[in-house]
This record gives sequence, C-alpha cells and structure tokens, in this order.
Amino acid sequence: MRHWIALLAALLPLQVLALSGEEVMKKSQAAFLYAGKDFKARVLMKLINKDGQERLRELAMLRRNSGEAGGEQKFFMYFFQPADVKDMTFMTFKYPAKDDDRWLFVPALNMVKRIAAQDKRSSFVGSDFTYEDVSGRDLGDDSHVIEREDKVGARDCYVVKSTPKAGDADFGHKLTWVDKANFLPLKEEQYDRRGARYKLFTADEVADVKGFPTVTRRTMKNLQSGHRSEVTYVKSDYDLGIDDSLFTERFLRQPPRKWID
Amino acid sequence: MDRLNVRRVLALIASLFAVQPAAAELTVSGFLQQNTAFNTGAANPDGRRYKWLEERAQLKLDATGGGWRGHFKADAYYDHLGRGLGSEVREAFLDYSAGAFDVRVGRQVITWGLGDLVFVNDVFPKDHEALFAGRPLEYLKRGVDAIKLGAYPDFASFELVLMPSFRESRIPDARRFHLFDPMPAVTNRVGDQPGQGEWGLRVYRDVAGYDAALYLYRGFQRTPSMRPDRLAAPTRITFYYPELSVYGASVSGRAGDGVLSFEAAYYESRQDRGGGDFSVPNSQTRLLAGYQLQPWEDFTLSLQYYAERMHDYAAYQAALPAGFPMEQRWSRTVTARATQFFRHQTLRVSVYASYNASNGDYFVNPELRYSFTDRVWGALGANAFGGKPWGQFGQLSGDDNFYLQLRYEF
Repeated sequence: MRHWIALLAALLPLQVLALSGEEVMKKSQAAFLYAGKDFKARVLMKLINKDGQERLRELAMLRRNSGEAGGEQKFFMYFFQPADVKDMTFMTFKYPAKDDDRWLFVPALNMVKRIAAQDKRSSFVGSDFTYEDVSGRDLGDDSHVIEREDKVGARDCYVVKSTPKAGDADFGHKLTWVDKANFLPLKEEQYDRRGARYKLFTADEVADVKGFPTVTRRTMKNLQSGHRSEVTYVKSDYDLGIDDSLFTERFLRQPPRKWID
Repeated sequence: MDRLNVRRVLALIASLFAVQPAAAELTVSGFLQQNTAFNTGAANPDGRRYKWLEERAQLKLDATGGGWRGHFKADAYYDHLGRGLGSEVREAFLDYSAGAFDVRVGRQVITWGLGDLVFVNDVFPKDHEALFAGRPLEYLKRGVDAIKLGAYPDFASFELVLMPSFRESRIPDARRFHLFDPMPAVTNRVGDQPGQGEWGLRVYRDVAGYDAALYLYRGFQRTPSMRPDRLAAPTRITFYYPELSVYGASVSGRAGDGVLSFEAAYYESRQDRGGGDFSVPNSQTRLLAGYQLQPWEDFTLSLQYYAERMHDYAAYQAALPAGFPMEQRWSRTVTARATQFFRHQTLRVSVYASYNASNGDYFVNPELRYSFTDRVWGALGANAFGGKPWGQFGQLSGDDNFYLQLRYEF
C-alpha cells in the first residue's frame, strides 16, 4: 500500500505536466476572462506614444457571464474620458465561435446604433489592445501546444504556443506564459507572419479580489511602433448580482449610476 | 430660447437640489468652440462671404441622487453674421427611474429610427441649417419639451413621448442660403404654429437576435408648407405645419459580415387625405434599407437606399398650380458613408455622399477630424450641393462651403 502511495506521489507532477496546451489555455481563459459570475471595474487606459505623449481613456466596465467559462458573455462600458466621448456607452454580446453583437449609444444625438463587429483584431478605442485582447479570442481558432516551462519573476509558468488554424490570420503565432498556480497569463508575445515579435503583453500587477486572482495592471506594447497602452483596474469587484436586464437599450441610453461609480 | 424658459429651467434644476441635497452628486463640464464656414462659390443672398462665423461656449451640469438624475446643457454664443449675442437651452431634464418604469421630464433630444441623415421614423425636430452650414453634427438635432414615459416589462419596451407644444425643425435662413421660392414677389409672409401638442410611441424588443421596433406619431409636419391667400395675384403667404400621423417599423441585425437595417413608415397627411391640396404634402410611404460593414481595421462603410412614394399622385398632379415644379411619384436616393481612423483613432477621415436618382440632387460632405489632445479637437470639412433648382439639395447649389470647427473641452 505504501508503495502505491509513493508511486502515486511520483506520478503526480507528471499528471500536471500532462495537461495539454488546449487545457492550459482553457483554464487560463476561465481565470482571466470568466472569473466570478459577474465583474465590475473602473478602467484607466493610458495610450503612450514612443515620444512619451499620453492620452487617457477612462471607462466603467461591467461583465456578466451567461453560463460556464467559455460560454456567452455580456459587456457594458461607459466612458468618462476623453471629453468628446463622455457619456458614450458601448455594449457587446460575446458568443463562442460566432461574431459579437455590438451596440453604441451616441449621447450627442441620443441615438443607439448597432455596429458591425466583424473585425475582432481591430484596436479597442485606439489602444494597442484589440477587441480580442479585451474580451478573448475563440480558443478553437488556434491550436495550442505547451512549448516549455519558464519563470516570470518568481512564478512558474507554462509557455504555450498558439498558432492560428486558418491561414488568413493577421499574426503568425503567439506565446503565452500561463501561471501554473492560478492560470493567469503573465506575459504574451505576439509574432507576425514572418516570425518577428511585434506585440508584448505583460501582467504588471496581480491582486486577490474576493478570492479571484485578478490582473489589475497590464501593458500591451507594440514593439514595432514603440506605442504602448497601460491599463489599470481600480475598484474591481466580483459577484455583485449584476442583472441581465442591465444589458439592454434602456440602460445603454440611461446607464444606472449604481453600476458605474 | 427666451429668457422666461431659461429661468423656468434654472428653477427646475434648483428644485432638484432641494429634493436631494445630501445625496446629489454634481459634475460640471462643457466646451469653448470656434466655428467658421466660408462660401466657396457665390456670396450669401445678403452679400456675406460666410455661412457661419461664431464663438460658442457650452456648460453641462449633471446631478444624480437616488433614482433621480438632472441634466442641464446650455450654450451662449456670439454670431458675427448679424444674429449677435444669444443663448439657448439645448437640454434640461429630470429623470426618475424605479423598477421597470422611468420618466424624463423637460427639454430633451430624442432620436428614433436607423437612418444616417435620412429620416423615416425620426419625426423629432432637426436643425437643417446646422447640417448645411458646417456645424458639429450634434447640432442637427433640436430638443423637444416633453414628458417621456418608459415601461420595460419582459415582453417589450415602451417609450411614450408627450409633447404639449409643437417645436418645428429649423430650415436654412433665406439670408444665408439660396432657397427656392415659387412666389418671390409676395413679401408679406406670416407664420402659423400649431396650437396643439403632439405625441409618439415606440415599442421595441429583440426578435430572434434582431432589434425590432414599431413607431407611432401623431402631430404635424416639422417643416412648413406655404399657403397663399389666393392663387391668382396672391398678396400674402402663410407658413404653417400640416397635420401628420406616422406609422412605422424598423428591424436591424447582423447579416453576413455586417449589420443590415430596414425601416419603413406610412406618412398619413391628415390635413389632405385626398391629396388634392397642393400646399399640403401628399401622403407617403418611406422605405429605407441600410448595410454597414467593416472590411478592414478602423474602416467602416455604410450604404443606404431610401425611397419615398406619393400616394395620391394623380390628385397632386391635377392640383399643382402652374409655375410650381412637379415632383416625381417615386423619389429614390442612395447614400454612402466611409470612415477611416488613423493614428490610434485620433485622426478621422470621412465622407458622406447622397444622390437622388429621381431628380439628380446630391450632397457631399468630406471631413477631416483630429484630436490634438484629449481636450482639443478640430475638424476641417466641406459641403457641396447640386441638382434641380427646386430640389432639397439642388436649391443650395450656390451655397457650397468649407468649414472649420475647433473645440476645447473641459
């Protein structure tokens, strides 16, 4: 019996190692983008060009999961800054393996319009983050392989190589450093189709919020242009009971102050 | 905006703070703006070279507390083309929301429908002069003094708008724009505003992933019709707003790689159901189909097809006095808007073009807009018009202009 336990103990690390790249990315997506039933944060986004000039975007973000990790999600965003988009709201219904539905409320005209959402690789509000970087890329679009193990600071990580299955993707592949303990992505390198590294994501601060490890500061840098975007989450919170009815035209036009402080 | 209304609005805002003194949270913002539009062709009918030359300041106050919200937006301006110093309350309303109901009382901007500079179910007042004189797009809409009631049960959302007094759309000033006038010799002209109010209802919900809406409106035409005191040798023209009801519907949703929109409405000209009064617009059907897509990053293309059909065309033809231009039964328009962002979405290049295949009318508006900083932006654009001398845009063919907008926001 004792031998059996010893054998089992010896096998355990192998068991962990035996996670596939696919499984690591699935756990990472769950930890990074699906934590909690719902989530709220005030997002400060600094867009910094190579000369150090800064522009600030500030918004309140709400997210609600409709079901399990990897399933449908709803996002609601309310902009505080810059001044010319103040009071603008933006709503996204994100579906796995299907294009998002997106709506925009333009306060100057008091008009809600549905907007085309075909290009998930587009920049989010002019930043170095794409819509996919913000709300996640469909895992099924890429094949994922654990390349090696590595450390980011003191944290042990899997290094997962994700390669688009379709040939028409605008990037060649990406490498993600996934924390072995909490499965948050701590670093990501995106390579262009010629194999040159062109974008670098780093998780600069991870905090525990209601028991959920949360990336509260992150940077995406475009290595080719020198432009970077720094994002800070303040007032992050989970499991607030955000109701499904919030994600409707009514509140797009009149965002409830309760949720966007 | 007269002084009396400003005072009334200020009293309203003051009473808001009286209601919720402790809980209210106030934010103040606004802008300073310079706006110039320079004629590229002819001078104005009054001889001036500018379509618009104005400095403007806007103050915006927002107060929230509990289920309440107060919003106040007012402008002060100086117009160098004869209008001088003035002020206007753009919006001033109170919101209250409780459960599945809410209400908004006061001056508010309401936009219905899906059109891009084409209006099918958006029956609310516009400022056409603002659009043609190179002002920022938000000035296209005029607020209405209304009570808006919202009810949001599970099966659909309802929005009822009660407007106790009529507010007209603003048409271009005849001193600044070359407007078609079928009776230029008659200079005695009077206005006649409807004495009654108006109302509208919008019901909307999701239908299988599509946004569907129904619209009802009972009120008046927003732009005036002209009625001479007599047809032979008239001495006086009355500008008035004929009675109108609108019954409409719209649907929009994802189709292929883009967003597809359909909108339709029946315009019932209540003041002339037979169509035999030439001074009242004929009853109409309006149809709109639109498609918007994003073929590459930061580029959006939207296309629209818009048609109007007169219902009592034979009666219209028979009643039209000699010397008045005759419209076709169908009016068909195509529009396109292309928008490309550059430099992390701080530089926007866009062009809007509209062409009416039935009478050759066109309107083209290219624009370059740049955000110098998070607080300062400027836009440089042009308006070009052409077509038949009596067409919506054709009459403005002498009014082509370049414009500049510069704004500091705080």
